Amino acid sequence: MIEVEDVYFTYPNGVEALRGVSLKIAEGEFVAIMGQNGAGKTTLVKHFNGLLKPTKGRVLIDGVDTKQVSVAKLSRKVGFVFQNPDHQLFSETVEDEISFALKNFGFDNKVIGERVDWALNLLGLARYRKVSPFMLSGGERKRVALASVLAWDPKILILDEPTIGQDSYQKERLRQFIIQMNHQGKTVIIVTHDIEFVVECEPRVILMSNGKVIADGEARKVLTDPDLINKSSLILPEITQVFINLNDLGFPRDVMGVYEAKRLILERLKKT
Amino acid sequence: MAIIEAEDLTYTYPFAEKSAFKNLSLRIEKGEFVLLTGPSGCGKTTLCRCLNGLIPHFYGGRLEGKLTVAGLKTTEHTIYEIAKHVGLIFQNPENQLFALTVEKDVAFGLENLGLPREEIRKRVDWALKITGTYDLKYRAPFELSGGQQQRVAIASVLAMQPEIIVLDEPTSFLDPQSAKNILEVIHQLNRDLDITIILVEHRLDLASRYADRVIVMKDGQIVLDGEPRKVFLQEETKLIGVGIPKVVRLYISLRKEGVTLNRVPLSPKEASQSIAEALTFDRG
Amino acid sequence: MSVFDGLKFRNISSPIHEIDPRAKFIYVCVLFVTAVLFNQIIPLLFLFFLQVPLVIIAKVKREWLRLIKGSIFFAVLIFVMNVISLYFYGNYSSIAYVIEHSLAMTIRFIVLIESFSLFFLTTSPDMLGLSLEQIGVPYEFCFAFTTAIRFVPVLAEEAQIIIDAQKARGLELEGGNFIRRVKNYIPILIPLIVNAIRRSLELAEAMESRAWGASKKRTNLYVLKMKRRDYLFILLSFAMLLISIYVWMYVEIPFLYQILQI
Repeated sequence: MIEVEDVYFTYPNGVEALRGVSLKIAEGEFVAIMGQNGAGKTTLVKHFNGLLKPTKGRVLIDGVDTKQVSVAKLSRKVGFVFQNPDHQLFSETVEDEISFALKNFGFDNKVIGERVDWALNLLGLARYRKVSPFMLSGGERKRVALASVLAWDPKILILDEPTIGQDSYQKERLRQFIIQMNHQGKTVIIVTHDIEFVVECEPRVILMSNGKVIADGEARKVLTDPDLINKSSLILPEITQVFINLNDLGFPRDVMGVYEAKRLILERLKKT
Repeated sequence: MAIIEAEDLTYTYPFAEKSAFKNLSLRIEKGEFVLLTGPSGCGKTTLCRCLNGLIPHFYGGRLEGKLTVAGLKTTEHTIYEIAKHVGLIFQNPENQLFALTVEKDVAFGLENLGLPREEIRKRVDWALKITGTYDLKYRAPFELSGGQQQRVAIASVLAMQPEIIVLDEPTSFLDPQSAKNILEVIHQLNRDLDITIILVEHRLDLASRYADRVIVMKDGQIVLDGEPRKVFLQEETKLIGVGIPKVVRLYISLRKEGVTLNRVPLSPKEASQSIAEALTFDRG
Repeated sequence: MSVFDGLKFRNISSPIHEIDPRAKFIYVCVLFVTAVLFNQIIPLLFLFFLQVPLVIIAKVKREWLRLIKGSIFFAVLIFVMNVISLYFYGNYSSIAYVIEHSLAMTIRFIVLIESFSLFFLTTSPDMLGLSLEQIGVPYEFCFAFTTAIRFVPVLAEEAQIIIDAQKARGLELEGGNFIRRVKNYIPILIPLIVNAIRRSLELAEAMESRAWGASKKRTNLYVLKMKRRDYLFILLSFAMLLISIYVWMYVEIPFLYQILQI
């Protein structure tokens, strides 16, 4: 359970990145945090594993104030996958890479072996076990980074811009993977501005702009509101744009999916 | 006459076992706006690098076959000669800007060419104005947003007045609105200045409305080549790894139910127009 | 604001900023020679105070003071070392002499820091690169120089991201013995270096794509032209040098403590 209580955060260079953010994320939720670059999204999630501590207000992870615990300890519960895997990869083999965090957290060797096997299989990396991560393609390196975080089985998983540079097939696999993790009880938080991807997942959406939360609710309600979308440098989902244009013909505005769109149009055609 | 002509092009990176592409043939006419897409690893990035001579001159490896760009055979001319005719924009905006001010960055290519100072000044201002970055002239690239950086990168290539501009996933790091803006700028370059555009993109929902032609690659081969409206309709299986716009998917699913819209939409606007017409309302 | 801000270019407009980097460089050299020339505290103090009005005209008081403050540690170190070596191993006439001499060495150090600071605070890296080019340094080096500066903030940011990413995997940077601490920096250094190399490859590609190497005679958008005030500045610097040499050769400079009758 993540509780953010009226948090303000100012960077050392004077930029006020968070200006009074309050929210709660319950266990097992699936949340997308969206907004333009500079809105404060990444700053906010860095508070969840203690990388940043609030200048004012506080953040509680399972009731514990993040100011009182080290990043390492919080990371046991909160796994953070950074946007660029190359900011993490440094080991000689994929196997070493995945066991890095496990060693840091003090797991014993037997458990480490099991977890590494599990993570490799989960992400289809078994054949790269002894390969150097630097030899892998971009998409594969992203999977190694993900595997190295999942290996220690954190309760909460944060993914920072996981879809950048991925093609449709990779994105679809990622989407299914996230849903699988969520169904297994993990709290999943993604920071993204990939609207169509979020539309496919339909999570709870928290929209940020200029250091504040400007919307928080169902994807369907938040992402189909032209005002909110405008304020956050996003664009409306494709299908929503179509239906907003058709609004004066009596169609609803909050349509996001192709299937639903088809259904509504066919219904209307039957009537005429 | 074709401005880009590839005949039986085969390329293998140094130390690679498999070739990036094999026996690739392609003709692109002057002024075309070509959208190049395909799953990761299909060879589209490699093809881009061939178009301005980075392959083979910078990367080495083995390039077989013939590639003529703006009348120059790429194997027989240096990168800097080809650069006068072909500009290349990369994915990461940050690593294309190396000067301490926008002005000097945009001037960089022209300085390299040894053009007279007055000419450089004129072209820099011209390129900045077209890309809407004139008021960023004295700013440092580090301070700019991703969208601004990409526009400056385009300006710095544009200043060299190439006939062809190749862009390798320029919107990857940009937020949706910046992506939309950049694509508009690219469209303007094609429409107003008749520059041939080769755009590698995954975001077909935003880019396909500008393209005359879509080329889909997979595993180093060109598997589809034609007008977007036709290509997107073809055997969906071939489009694995290619995210066709949702409005096209809507068209296809409506057609399966017996409802055929008057044309394949490439943008939400076209889609709503076609749907409204199908409901026999006059939208004019 | 860190101590290093005293050596970073401050982008404001001032008469000192307008002076050609080459003229300023000559000034720094003259100051260096003069500072090394004298061992006595009076001329060194004079040199110290001479630069203060320049700092004020250049409007860089704050950053400059920051650097001076930051160098106090080394200043004290120099002072103490001089005192010790003079007292135990040198000839000296009195304690007052020891103190004054050591102080003089400290002031010399500070005078040098002062002048470097003033130079870097008022000279943009761009102009610096340009002046290097114009005095004949090959373009490749000047380019490498300005590009390196351009990427310093980027690399600093990236280093922070890498540190964060590894901390989020349980890496502890504090604590542990010396060997362990050094080992703990490997997960930070390797991504940093690998990314720097990748970045430079991308940069090289972009440079080639913009006709790098196309012409042996490269045009430069800006040209540094020495103006009257630059020549004046150089002239004044040389005048100071000549005066200093004259004084050094012919004038008997008293010790401060003698004047103050300590």
